Amino acid sequence: MDFLIPNQLNYPILSVLIFAPLAGAAVLFLIRNETVARIWTLLVSLAVFALSLPLYFNFDPSTPKYQFGEHSSWIPAFHINYTLGIDGISLLLVLLSTLLFPICVLGSWKYISKRVKEFHFCLLLMESACVGIFSSLDFVLFYIFWEAMLIPMYLLIAVWGGPEKVYASIKFFIYTMAGSVFLLVAMIALYLKTGTFCIPELMTKAYPFAFQFWVFLAFGIAFAIKVPMAPFHTWLPAAHVEAPTAGSVLLASILLKMGTYGFVRFCLPITPNASIYFAPYMLIISIISIVYGGYVALGQSDMKKLIAYSSVAHMGFVTLGTFFFNKNGLEGAILQMINHGITTGALFLCVGIVYERSHSRLIKDNSGIAKIMPIYIGFFGFFCLSSMAFPGTNSFVGELLVLLGAFADYKLIGALSIPGVVLAAAYMLHLLQRIAWGGKASSHFSDLELREIIYLAPLAVFVLWIGFSPGPFLDVMHVSVNHLLEQLHTAGAVALVK
Amino acid sequence: MDVVLFLPETYLLMMALVFFCQSLWKSSAQLNQGIAVFLSGIGVIINLYAVNMTGDLFWHAYRVDLFSQIFKLLISVGLLLISVLCLKNKSIEEKLQPEFFMFLCISAAGLMMMVSSVELITIFISMELSSYSLYILIPISKDISHGRIEAAAKYIIFGAAATGIMLFGMSYIFGVTQSTYLSEIIKKMPELIGQPVGIVGLLLILCGFFYKLSVVPFHFWTPDIYEGTANETVSFIATMPKLAAAALLIRLTNLADPKSIDLIQVLVVISAVSMTFGNIAALVQKDLKRLLAYSSIAHAGYILLGILTLKLDGYSAVVFHITAYMLMNLACFLVISTVSQDGKNVTVSDVSGLHKRSPLLAFTLAVGFFALAGIPPTAGFTGKFFLFIAALNEGHLALIIIAAVNTAISVYYYLNIVRSAYGQDPNGLPAVTLSFSNRILNYGLIISIIILGVLPTRFIELARAACEKIKL
Repeated sequence: MDFLIPNQLNYPILSVLIFAPLAGAAVLFLIRNETVARIWTLLVSLAVFALSLPLYFNFDPSTPKYQFGEHSSWIPAFHINYTLGIDGISLLLVLLSTLLFPICVLGSWKYISKRVKEFHFCLLLMESACVGIFSSLDFVLFYIFWEAMLIPMYLLIAVWGGPEKVYASIKFFIYTMAGSVFLLVAMIALYLKTGTFCIPELMTKAYPFAFQFWVFLAFGIAFAIKVPMAPFHTWLPAAHVEAPTAGSVLLASILLKMGTYGFVRFCLPITPNASIYFAPYMLIISIISIVYGGYVALGQSDMKKLIAYSSVAHMGFVTLGTFFFNKNGLEGAILQMINHGITTGALFLCVGIVYERSHSRLIKDNSGIAKIMPIYIGFFGFFCLSSMAFPGTNSFVGELLVLLGAFADYKLIGALSIPGVVLAAAYMLHLLQRIAWGGKASSHFSDLELREIIYLAPLAVFVLWIGFSPGPFLDVMHVSVNHLLEQLHTAGAVALVK
Repeated sequence: MDVVLFLPETYLLMMALVFFCQSLWKSSAQLNQGIAVFLSGIGVIINLYAVNMTGDLFWHAYRVDLFSQIFKLLISVGLLLISVLCLKNKSIEEKLQPEFFMFLCISAAGLMMMVSSVELITIFISMELSSYSLYILIPISKDISHGRIEAAAKYIIFGAAATGIMLFGMSYIFGVTQSTYLSEIIKKMPELIGQPVGIVGLLLILCGFFYKLSVVPFHFWTPDIYEGTANETVSFIATMPKLAAAALLIRLTNLADPKSIDLIQVLVVISAVSMTFGNIAALVQKDLKRLLAYSSIAHAGYILLGILTLKLDGYSAVVFHITAYMLMNLACFLVISTVSQDGKNVTVSDVSGLHKRSPLLAFTLAVGFFALAGIPPTAGFTGKFFLFIAALNEGHLALIIIAAVNTAISVYYYLNIVRSAYGQDPNGLPAVTLSFSNRILNYGLIISIIILGVLPTRFIELARAACEKIKL
């Protein structure tokens, strides 16, 4: 267990973060009043966020080991353990998850009017699965959270979704399930090869290239669907468009990260040689995702669809940074995961706000609202700028780091990704221009309520914070990222390519 | 001879006798159902008491060990669950209810004898004892719209054919080994398994159990019988005989050497065909019972994943998965028979809006079907996971990939039902009221499916200990 630092706090913080939402969900059964259910869920998710803050303050950024570790035997017959721990790569993702849930509860305050209790029940189940995914160090535990997360997400789309919810929800479920069964097979194959499901131990073993090749392919399909990388992205616009606001936010901000997190956590360290071998292909697919996503986003008339395609492009930058195998690229990729979670989540919340007023997501039905909703346009414009990586915002830092990584080793790839950046400015400004100053708005719009300002403001703060001073966010990941790159180097793999 | 060893079977036969007496005079359905629940509850206690018994009976034709006792316990638990499920039985006429329970008990007794039998003739007789009762049970139904007679006729004809094939195989094995005792046969099997006569004989015997488990190509009866038979009766047919069939498949394939490539290849092929055929055919089904029938064919394929390893790991995974299978199937049938009006068949649209009509029942349905689809944290996932590990450990990578793809396919039709229950409005369908006992059964099944999925350690170790006992 030398990879794991036992929990330094006097309570099992990660288990608490996983099981507190579950317990909160159980209590929801007893609550009859809908408003009480909302307030209860808000309190639970706020409490979980507050409880997750010690993770950051007690985190030791000088070690690549997994911290706040918990370890106990679970199914000894198959060497399956209940192992939790986080390092610099997963820390920010856990915090992002716990931050977003209270915001989602507030964002659904008016949007969700039917079956309120069940909705919040699903939200809390999602929360415990999300924290579980980013803190599991046992492959089976990870897989269980990974799959279990599908059920509440499926229900969020299928029950509270738009008119095409049936198609969208089933497509979402089957697509992800089809990917994860390959993950399952690869996981069992790894177990039979090594006799352990422990992720850090799997990283230390050396595997023959042919074996790595297939394991990488199986992992790659599962994660590429989740990211999603073109051509596996078709479930995303459908799911985003039909999902309720909170569903879209969670989908964009957390679920997509599970794919890129998978690449960083599993593909790179467990199958280093295969990662190197496949890197050129992954880079090309990433470039395709960036350009294609941006280009398709240009032509959208539905706000949610536009942002969904922009997600495909943004996530392309994350996979791009991941497969450069240098420090800037990888740190940029991890930071960009957080940035995308904050910015795109906020944009979906903004779409939800106008949808609640006009009951339409079409740009033409919501255009020209700058006069009536100045505060709203303030926020919306701000997040649009952040999405197109305007200097001073969070995405600028992330994309800059990724591009620095690109131009360090792969100048051609860097050059190829530049059109994506231009496209991002084009579709975002075009969207903003039409929404703010387009036609003439009808009178049923009204500006933001206090509640809406409250849940948008923290996201805006983070946009600026990361934009101007990314240090506190990058500092925690330096050592872990270096360690990961060392793992790649010791496999003797990087030399192979150069 | 120690009579106590035969206690679980004796008890069930006595129970059948009680219902025989009940059938002689007029008695209310409620009384009979109450008696069934009460007596099968005691039956579970007796089987719990009998779990640790070991011994031989009837001139070594009958073996009582942990392996058989676990299956007997599962059968008795299943019988109790089905009795509770049959409270307010809507599909069997009131005056026929004592007979219904009588034949259920006899059939269950036959299955219990089957899992203990270690001699070919005994296996045959106990299997027939359980089958004949089912032949009578199938046509007992109020609903005549779905060809119950056709179902009964099909079950008899296919059953008789499968039994004939099995007997023929037994004659081969007896011919070459001069014995009907498994303990004698296993000594002579290693040299025989390389020869056509040994492998053909063994495979032909297995056919009888493939039929019970509804493995392709012995699956033809399944959809029609599920569709044409009363909901409560199907809940028995869909679960109990499969338990016993899995037990016997383990006992009989244990005769073969783990290195007998021919046998394994045959099993690999029928396993792959079963799951693929079952899942693809299930995609287009509207009738829930028909859908479950095809799903059971697919699950038979998954079960074979464990059998074809011919190793301890695979066998214990089979015991685990068949138990999970019983629980999740009973959860689905509980929903079907509660939702059904007057014992009619239930279609996908009949469960629409179930979340409003009965939230608890909708949750049971979701848990049951998610478990069948193999999604964590349910027992269905854990069982499939163990099966995959066991089969991949023997190097059946291609087969596992087929199984994995099948899992993804199957999600579509299972999810369709959950969507109907949760994503749609009731469209004027009436609310479903649950009786107290029905509620208890709902909670019990939900909790046991999730507990077995999250904390499988004790049970998988028990299953492993049980499977160690079959080495004769």
